[in-house]
Amino acid sequence: MKTNEIHINFPALSENEALARMCASSFAAQLNPTIEELSDIRTAVSEAVTNAIIHAYNSFPLPVYMDMYIEDEVLKIVIRDTGKGIENVDEAMQPFYTTVPGEERSGMGFSVMQAFMDTLEVNSVGGIGTTVVMTKKIERVLPE
Amino acid sequence: MKHTVQMETEQGRKALVISLCGELDHHSAGKLREEIDAELEKHGFGFCILDMSGVSFMDSSGLGVILGRYRLVTEHGGTLAVRNPNKTVDRILKMSGIYSIVEVKK
Repeated sequence: MKTNEIHINFPALSENEALARMCASSFAAQLNPTIEELSDIRTAVSEAVTNAIIHAYNSFPLPVYMDMYIEDEVLKIVIRDTGKGIENVDEAMQPFYTTVPGEERSGMGFSVMQAFMDTLEVNSVGGIGTTVVMTKKIERVLPE
Repeated sequence: MKHTVQMETEQGRKALVISLCGELDHHSAGKLREEIDAELEKHGFGFCILDMSGVSFMDSSGLGVILGRYRLVTEHGGTLAVRNPNKTVDRILKMSGIYSIVEVKK
């Protein structure tokens, strides 16, 4: 069984969104994904990290944690914060739902994560924080 | 994120073409929004085309920028179109249903 893991954390600053995408795509590259799969992973990570940066800490640059695992052909990415939490996760996951309508947020973040990864799980507790777990299977058919 | 501006004639109409270049995420969205709005104020809200061919990455923050510009331009009686999105950008645009209100040119 092929396994690997990496754990990083960074302050909740928008400057770190690109860094998070780059780390995720570098780690995922071990599974030989297609360019499209890599692009899906980068986009999903960007959405999860952006959510944490915008919503978790009311603009304080407290840490966002990113834990990534490879187990055989499955990439698992866990993005978590210890911020204020999401009051109603089901509601937050509806397309176009946003708590900041004046800021031109599209409310499509969770929909994008769902569409671009195989699985998405969101756990949130008020005052404790939010954890987003996403997986994607990178299956390679070797040429004969 | 960088952008360039030029005037073109599209289907007999004068169009303000704003070509975006780089990664469009939450970090770059705020400044880009201000810059596009300044160009619209300067050149008018008649017909604006956002050329996406130089956009190497876009997440849902980019959708917010496009939808916000759509509202602004249409409020002033103008039209907004999106041009040349790459495959991934096109997928996000399709998923959002934005093509039902914003014209796309490929």
